[in-house]
Amino acid sequence: MNQNQHDIEVILFRQLASYLAMPLFIVDPGGTLLFYNEPAEAILGRRFEETGEMSAAEWATAFHPTDEEGDPLPAEKLPLTMALAERRPAHGSLWIHGFDHVRRHIEITAIPLVGQSNRFLGAVAIFWSKRL
Amino acid sequence: MKVRLWGTRGSLASPGAETARYGGNTACVEVLGPRGTVLILDAGTGIRRLAAELSPTVRRLDILLTHLHMDHIQGLGFFPPLHDPEMEIHIWGPASTTLSLGERLRRYLSPPLFPVRLRDLRCRLVLHEVPSGEVRVGELTVTSALVCHPGPTVGYRIGSDEAVLAYLPDHEPSLGARKFPAEPRWTSGYDLAAGVDLLIHDAQYSLAEYPEHVGWGHSSLDDAIRFATCAGVKHLVTFHHDPARTDENLDRMMANAVREGRRFAITPGAEGATFELGTPAAAGHDE
Repeated sequence: MNQNQHDIEVILFRQLASYLAMPLFIVDPGGTLLFYNEPAEAILGRRFEETGEMSAAEWATAFHPTDEEGDPLPAEKLPLTMALAERRPAHGSLWIHGFDHVRRHIEITAIPLVGQSNRFLGAVAIFWSKRL
Repeated sequence: MKVRLWGTRGSLASPGAETARYGGNTACVEVLGPRGTVLILDAGTGIRRLAAELSPTVRRLDILLTHLHMDHIQGLGFFPPLHDPEMEIHIWGPASTTLSLGERLRRYLSPPLFPVRLRDLRCRLVLHEVPSGEVRVGELTVTSALVCHPGPTVGYRIGSDEAVLAYLPDHEPSLGARKFPAEPRWTSGYDLAAGVDLLIHDAQYSLAEYPEHVGWGHSSLDDAIRFATCAGVKHLVTFHHDPARTDENLDRMMANAVREGRRFAITPGAEGATFELGTPAAAGHDE
């Protein structure tokens, strides 16, 4: 059997994400971006249909993440990368530049996705635009 | 590979004159491999009649459960080979995130739901948890994968050297797909069903009934056909007929669906129907 299809948990999570009003970003175990929903599009500044899947190296730098002091955040310090690498929830507050070149202050909680039989399926980031 | 349907009804056994042609027994399908391996797909009430016609020379049986809803396991308690010390029986089925397959089966096979406990069965019983990737059972290759249905539920893809069968009796692929069925990678069950010779698939509802049942884990006939089209199957057998569906109702539903222009045959699943796969005459026929 060819492995063309995503795991059912990921399929259903994407479906759930597409119905939720909170911004969600889903990546596979290798960090490849699989999907972000419409509320996330408003923060990231581009429709997912235009972005498509992106490697971890691409999305980790595409938004030019910086800390509260404006210093660049390395990929390994991003909550989503930590959730993937350490398979535990991670939380952070940071600044990004959206694809629309707007700088936004966001808060992110990332959780690993673990399916039936403890299969590691990737991670999900939930994020909010912080109001100052 | 020979496939025989022993129970095609969904949810609840529905015997009666109005269901006599398509049958009232719940899910059970027998697969006979070219060298005699016997697989039993689900153990609904149809398994009782299957037991009566098993060859006396069979000493090993593999029962592949898709999930543990009652219409798929109720026949286990009434399956005589489980009480035969000469038999080796392997039951394959999904665990949950907190309970093993054995613990889950014991919820049915123990008082007060049933007088005989799992541990009292006299056969040599081996339990296997799925999904377990691709495994070999005799001359057959069995692949299981989780599919869209409430609770841990798998579908099966069963291959011999000559033919491939997919069995997805309880399946709602349109639920998880945003552009169903345009994105195979995002379609539940796609890998199991891709290109098979015979797909046995849930088609519980009519198109008009489905909107009232979204999320219940079952498909409309139209979605079953769309899924089969997306997967490129050669023959679709509809399954898990609604318990309230009379033979006449089902005939009417199918008359609209089975029309010219499709690339594959569509057959409403009927108790007793058999399908010979991997032979020049791969058409099904009724008993």
